[in-house]
Amino acid sequence: MNAEQLLFVVFSIGTIVSAASVIFVRNPVASAMSLVASFFFLAGIYVLLWAHTIAVLQILVYAGAIMVLFLFVIMLLSLTDTGPIAQLSPSRIAGAIATVALLAALVSVFRKLPSSDTIAWASDAGRVATFGTLKQLGAVMYTQWLFPFEAVSLLLLVAIVGAVVVAKSRI
Amino acid sequence: MNFTVVPTANYLILAAALFCLGMLGVLIRRNALVVFMCIELMLNAANLTFLAFARERGDTVGHISPFFIIAVAAAEAAVGLAIIISVFRNRGTVNIEEIQSMKH
Repeated sequence: MNAEQLLFVVFSIGTIVSAASVIFVRNPVASAMSLVASFFFLAGIYVLLWAHTIAVLQILVYAGAIMVLFLFVIMLLSLTDTGPIAQLSPSRIAGAIATVALLAALVSVFRKLPSSDTIAWASDAGRVATFGTLKQLGAVMYTQWLFPFEAVSLLLLVAIVGAVVVAKSRI
Repeated sequence: MNFTVVPTANYLILAAALFCLGMLGVLIRRNALVVFMCIELMLNAANLTFLAFARERGDTVGHISPFFIIAVAAAEAAVGLAIIISVFRNRGTVNIEEIQSMKH
């Protein structure tokens, strides 16, 4: 077992366990903290996939900015969640069964994929050295994907204005 | 240079498990905030799939999509949480079973 296999097992167990505790923990603050833990483990998985830049973004933007926003709202609303996490109802049971069926279908499909433990293009050392670096990501982003990049800035502006308009009682 | 790596299919199975956990949370939880967090989990499963295929194919464009998904998730979280605050102000609850009509 090499380092990547060992780290993959550790990070994937951490991701799944903390993602499950997001759902099955009653307190919303505990849910949010489990989600932060899940994002950190996922960032580890991203590094294993040679996506260092996205892993850093995941921690900065997701675990940092977005989850702080969530925690602010949870504490602002000061929710006291009593009672069971989920009452059994026909629609919930149907949802759970559908989820398990979807997971079984996806896993059975993915197990049929040709699984090779080498990467075909990795014999090219120069390509491996630049893959997923900020430099290469920026070069693609600011040439091929310039318009979507600018469109995202407009989307963020609209989201800021929209959030203020929706959340503020009197403008 | 040849690496022995974990096969891409294993990463895809992890992403499928993560997506299904998020979907389960959306379907069974009643707290709108937790439902929101589960949507973030599903978005992350999509990111993981993009990155797994990016490494398989050696294609940097597979890193651009997660970048945009993270940006859109930030915008979505801001607007969604604003809506939750507004609903809480009007109804006094974020339980999605008690919020069933559009009017207030």
